[in-house]
Amino acid sequence: MTNANRTVQFKIYRYDPDQDAKPYMQDISVEIESTDRKLLDAMVKLKAKDDSIAFRRSCREGVCGSDAMNINGKNGLACLTAMDSFPEGKPIVLRPLPGLPVIRDLIVDMTQFFKQYNSIKPYLINNDPPPERERLQSPEDREELNGLYECILCACCSTSCPSFWWNPDKFVGPAGLLAAYRFIADTRDQATSERLDDLEDPYRLFRCHTIMNCVDVCPKGLNPTKAIGKIKEMMVRRAV
Amino acid sequence: MNRLVVGAHYGLKDWLAQRVTGVVMAVYTLIVLAAAMGGATASREAWQAFMANGFIRFISFLFIVSLCYHAWVGIRDIWMDYLNSAALRVILHVLTLLALVGYAGWAVQIIWRL
Repeated sequence: MTNANRTVQFKIYRYDPDQDAKPYMQDISVEIESTDRKLLDAMVKLKAKDDSIAFRRSCREGVCGSDAMNINGKNGLACLTAMDSFPEGKPIVLRPLPGLPVIRDLIVDMTQFFKQYNSIKPYLINNDPPPERERLQSPEDREELNGLYECILCACCSTSCPSFWWNPDKFVGPAGLLAAYRFIADTRDQATSERLDDLEDPYRLFRCHTIMNCVDVCPKGLNPTKAIGKIKEMMVRRAV
Repeated sequence: MNRLVVGAHYGLKDWLAQRVTGVVMAVYTLIVLAAAMGGATASREAWQAFMANGFIRFISFLFIVSLCYHAWVGIRDIWMDYLNSAALRVILHVLTLLALVGYAGWAVQIIWRL
């Protein structure tokens, strides 16, 4: 299916709280060209056909994290999901990210997600006067931040996590904990102990039961479970 | 007062304990399985002799205590995950603790009587 145009079937979650009493699934199809390689390309075509469909998108290359959604039951970014990864003849089912309030169609209210992210103080805390150029790290120390700083906060992981579904107000969630470890691991940060104190909590950290849904869905291939494990390991090292 | 509160500052000990007790139970299970295959459970007399052994009494006690502590953390997690009412959680936490302590005493009494 590389050259010809083809028609793709969609089943899309629709909900406009101003008009609809409750959400429903809309069947809609759209003709795509061979150059429409990613799901987002097809969705842009879809939007041209029915402009009442609402979804977020921006950079279209997996950097901004806006177009996270539930694609055939699994969270992912529309812009990174290849059209030829879908089985032919079956409709592509699109739903909003699970567990967050729906604003409209595929757009969810991310307030709770960002609240948790903010709660871990996602910035470097260092009370020394800043040096003239920059705070230096050894290459080995810098190495530790790989696999942590790349997170784009798309919320695919946290919204696939049952612990986050049940306690989104108390459990930091995989994205927030990955970011927490990013600063705990940073040798330039001086608030390590306070950060560990803050996470030493049955809800904030220990709601993670290591089911690894987060790892399964991360569109950037990151591993929040590993980061969470390292936080726990640091707590153990601190305690014994 | 409906302000959300987090920050109880515990959890590491329970998390670690759940891992350690898991290992204790796994090792005990292997020992008992090995003994069973070696004929320790072939007859009532053999069972009794096996369970009367000082070392087996010692690790049986550890197994029961581990099981109860492990179950305490696990069951408490379920209450914390699925129940929103703090009052209900307190009641169920206490009932769970009481039940587990009672069962632990009862189980030890049975095992050590053999």
